[in-house]
Amino acid sequence: MDRMPHWADVVLVPVLNVLIAFVLSGLVIWAIGENPFDAMQIMVSGSLGSTYGWGYTLYYATNFMFTGLGFAVASHAGLFNIGGEGQATLGGLGVALMCLFIPWPNWWLAVIGASLGAAVLGAAWAAIPAWLQAKRGSHIVITTIMFNFIAAALLNYLLVNVLRPVGSMDPATANFPKPTTLPELNQILGAIGIPFAKHTPANVSLFIAIAACVLVWALIWHTRLGYQIRALGKSEPAALYAGIRPVRITMYAMLISGALGGMMAVNSTMGESGRLIMNASEGAGFIGIAVALMGRDHPFGIFLAALLFGFLYQGGGELALWANIPRELVTVIQALVILFTGALDNVVRLPLEAAFMRARKRRG
Amino acid sequence: MGTDSAAGATGTAPPAIELKGISKAFGPVQANKDISIQVRRGTIHGIIGENGAGKSTLMSILYGFYKADAGEIHVGGRKTEIPDSQAAIKAGIGMVFQHFKLVQNFSVLENVILGVEDGALLRPSLSKARKELVHLAKEYELNVDPDETIENLSIGHQQRVEILKALYRQADILILDEPTGVLTPAEADHLFRILANLKREGKTIILITHKLREIMEITDTVSVMRRGEMTATVKTANTNPTELAELMVGRKVLLRVDKTPARPGRTIVEIENLKVTDRFGVERLKGVSLQIRAGEILGIAGVAGNGQSELLEVLGGIRDASGRVEVNGKALALTGRDADAQSRREAGIAHVSEDRQHTGLIMDFAAWENVAFGYHNDPAYQKNALIMDNAAILADAEGKIERFDVRPPDAKLAAKNFSGGNQQKIVLAREIERNPDLLLVGQPTRGVDIGAIEFIHQQIVALRDAGKAILLVSVELDEIFALSDRIAVMFDGKIMGERLPNETDERELGMLMAGMTGKPDGEAA
Amino acid sequence: MDYASIIEILDSTVRLGTPLLLACLAGLFSERSGIFDIGLEGKMLVSAMMSGAVAAVTGDVWLGLLAGIGASIILALIHGLASITFRGNQLISGVAINFLASGITVLIAQSWFQQGGRTPSLSGGGRFHDIVWPFADQIGRIPGIGPIYQNLISGHTILVYVAFLCVPLTWWTLYKTRFGLRLRAVGENPAAVDTAGISVIRMRYTAVLICGVLSGIAGAYLATSLSAGFVKEMTAGRGYIALAALIFAKWRPWYALGSTMLFGLLEAISNRYQNIDLGVIVLPVQFMQALPYILTVIILAGFVGKAIPPRAGGVPYVKER
Repeated sequence: MDRMPHWADVVLVPVLNVLIAFVLSGLVIWAIGENPFDAMQIMVSGSLGSTYGWGYTLYYATNFMFTGLGFAVASHAGLFNIGGEGQATLGGLGVALMCLFIPWPNWWLAVIGASLGAAVLGAAWAAIPAWLQAKRGSHIVITTIMFNFIAAALLNYLLVNVLRPVGSMDPATANFPKPTTLPELNQILGAIGIPFAKHTPANVSLFIAIAACVLVWALIWHTRLGYQIRALGKSEPAALYAGIRPVRITMYAMLISGALGGMMAVNSTMGESGRLIMNASEGAGFIGIAVALMGRDHPFGIFLAALLFGFLYQGGGELALWANIPRELVTVIQALVILFTGALDNVVRLPLEAAFMRARKRRG
Repeated sequence: MGTDSAAGATGTAPPAIELKGISKAFGPVQANKDISIQVRRGTIHGIIGENGAGKSTLMSILYGFYKADAGEIHVGGRKTEIPDSQAAIKAGIGMVFQHFKLVQNFSVLENVILGVEDGALLRPSLSKARKELVHLAKEYELNVDPDETIENLSIGHQQRVEILKALYRQADILILDEPTGVLTPAEADHLFRILANLKREGKTIILITHKLREIMEITDTVSVMRRGEMTATVKTANTNPTELAELMVGRKVLLRVDKTPARPGRTIVEIENLKVTDRFGVERLKGVSLQIRAGEILGIAGVAGNGQSELLEVLGGIRDASGRVEVNGKALALTGRDADAQSRREAGIAHVSEDRQHTGLIMDFAAWENVAFGYHNDPAYQKNALIMDNAAILADAEGKIERFDVRPPDAKLAAKNFSGGNQQKIVLAREIERNPDLLLVGQPTRGVDIGAIEFIHQQIVALRDAGKAILLVSVELDEIFALSDRIAVMFDGKIMGERLPNETDERELGMLMAGMTGKPDGEAA
Repeated sequence: MDYASIIEILDSTVRLGTPLLLACLAGLFSERSGIFDIGLEGKMLVSAMMSGAVAAVTGDVWLGLLAGIGASIILALIHGLASITFRGNQLISGVAINFLASGITVLIAQSWFQQGGRTPSLSGGGRFHDIVWPFADQIGRIPGIGPIYQNLISGHTILVYVAFLCVPLTWWTLYKTRFGLRLRAVGENPAAVDTAGISVIRMRYTAVLICGVLSGIAGAYLATSLSAGFVKEMTAGRGYIALAALIFAKWRPWYALGSTMLFGLLEAISNRYQNIDLGVIVLPVQFMQALPYILTVIILAGFVGKAIPPRAGGVPYVKER
């Protein structure tokens, strides 16, 4: 028998894990001489208290949905794709090439092209570690870490030596042409009569991300590919027995994973900065790990976890502005969430399982 | 104290080991219930029981792996607490596990001294152990090259290293858990000589096995376990295999399955000169040729690891091979893209794999998802080109669960939550109801409870009677005899011979399984 | 390129290779015991911050070193708790530790010193100083071997010599002592160690602690020897390069010396030259920076000698029934 009910496994355990992480974060704030409750208030009002704050929160959440989904798809195949950062970097390159070198007539054609560019380059960057894992048995965790650094060096080279406009000192591409500018959230919501703050980075990519959540859900639980990905992730010998080709499925899973990670750049590079800059992914590739772990690799969980991290990111920025707390606090919270939902899961799980077993015994 | 007096005097000398009222539960499962035995010094004491009877749990308690919920252990007459392996070693207990606990890339010497080094530096320990090993080799026929790396040793030699480890730790009491499961008969005979030597030197040996032949051959006393309980302890000389078998399973054993004589039809499967080389370059199949006809069960007998698994894997599309295999007159691809399990299923081959937990099922998937496993491309399971029809799979699964009497009848339960027998029924339902021309079955009743065994055997015979070809691989000779219409024996990647079940006996098959053809006094091939 | 600049580059190779070497040996102890550690970066980072902070406040670099090691050990214990006691995922734990370090170092440094997340500059007793060997000046005048003695052998801080001594010491410990035998065994087959009556948990915690000490020294070296104080993210991926070097070295001590010095050399070259003109093609500096990672991927791909990690690596030990 299962040791505890399904709802406890998917809801109670993660919630308690996150709670522990938050309490510890509060202690950290208290330890550096600030009031955790005041800090919480600043974070909430700064990120959720106005549509302006929401504009940032949703912008960050969009990034994290893409990278979280990317991590989760690989994770269902039993692959620990820690290379979301590099794949997002290459995705940015894809967006930039599409926006700079193709004269798009309008934004919605441009966003299709840019998404394609981002997905293709993101997938390509995931393809090499995937192939090495599937064919040569090279540990994908290590190779994807290496590929993050190689991606950073590659982008650095391209921005400094190739894509930088003549005369500019800034290692960045030129601004993308006007027609590629994506509609902001206030334009979209305004069109249907919902007032929303102007000049926030949230844009139409949010809806692409939500659509991606739904598509990934359908992929994993309602398609043959998803079935094969999950089967391979549980047991490779079993997959072989069933005639599932490990090399092929590993490749598909990583290509989808890399494409999703790359598509983050549609939101950040195309939607927000309007040009490709150095380190455009700002660690979102790594936050995707936390988001997917917290969301238990389920798109709905990832959606919620991405919102939470969006809130943390925006709130953390506000803290740096209004209190003497550096925004690195968010990194600490993120670390604690990863630690407790991912690695120290058993701290909560084992006592809970024991409690449920005792309760069951008592009932008979 | 002399060994003679210890072995002879009952009641005066304290037993080497005495267990009093040992109980152990894992959650709701009572693995050991109030177990008490006495093992006399200088004897070989057999403990026999089916898979899951609680033998290994009992020995793990004795070796400090588990803490008993209740009961006492007395060693040499003194009550002894054994909280960990260290304490067991100190009490003079040595254990040879079924799966060896050796460091594969260490030398024999390094493995022997691990944990009992003298001092912080290795050099003195190594030279001391080297001398001791020479001495032990002479005394007990335990020859192993002390400098060889474990991964280069045969299984039989690896087992000797385990025994050497125990002796080097001054063990007086040696526990062996299913020691012959992985050995050839020749290696097993050598092991028994070693055990006899050890007994002569006054060591006490506890032999855990489910093989009656071994019990009768070598033990002085035998205890029988069933469902966590010790049902009897008798002197081996005063009992016989039939009585022990009854004690083991709790009722008369059905040695024969109810079946009519086979009416074989045309040849379905034609295997010619099949060869397999594994990734280490070792030849696992050395030119196997077989035929299987419609409406017959071909049983493959043999000690585990002689190529039977590889044969199943080649036919199931999991492993590449060279040679020729025809099913229904069509040649199967043995290498390349089409040599996969999907193509095999399309060719009318169904496969009940030897290890349902690691290959046949995805343990975390629900039963209904497992029903589609391997058949996930079936058009009946698809809504359209993209989306699978989960409702259709669920409905199909519920039907199969009812027809094969899977309990509990809950298709949404994860496979890991079913008992071994019911897991196997799920696999069989999936494979048999595909109505294959050839059914591959590996170890169909391994870890399956008695009640389910009969049901599973009946299903396999029913498929035969429907005119299908069946290839059965089992390490249980009883099962081979009960089901097969024809028996082929494998040894060292070769077919040693084919026999009809009513024209042969266990003795003859045993010789073939040991690589000996016909002549009883011949050398191992 | 003249002889003097070759010596200079090699000198800087030693300086830049030292933290890699220490971290690589740290990882070697952990991974040989079966605990994967991608948290080397984080442990180095907290140690750099702590040693910089304590050395700045007390003016005593030795106290700084101790504090750095202490901080690194705390993270090592968290990793041990997650991966040994609670049998969690070692990779996830490592990722978390790197983030924890990245955030907490800035938080603490900012809270203590208000200098934008850096620690005050170190001088005098707050730093490790170069040790000049006897007659360095005189021997240095001998052409050929002179500059080697003067600049390569002489003239480094104590931690450099410690790091180099750690190589034979690690080799000796691993292959010639009881502890080393048990350490290698626990990373290959913990069940064998357990049934031999040795505590797997204690062995692995010991290994993780040694890893904490060595990465602590590596971090302290960055803040008190290579630089004069801690700055945000000052490890700059060195923990990952050390990890790459460990794979490159196939988890062996002498090879680790070779791989870390090779990666140190690459860093030294890319620090000195913007682009390297090979005549046929010009290698950009970014290529040199990415080279350690590219080389490691090639090694991992098994095209040039296969790197086989310890067999039980990454798997929590659970006694089987």
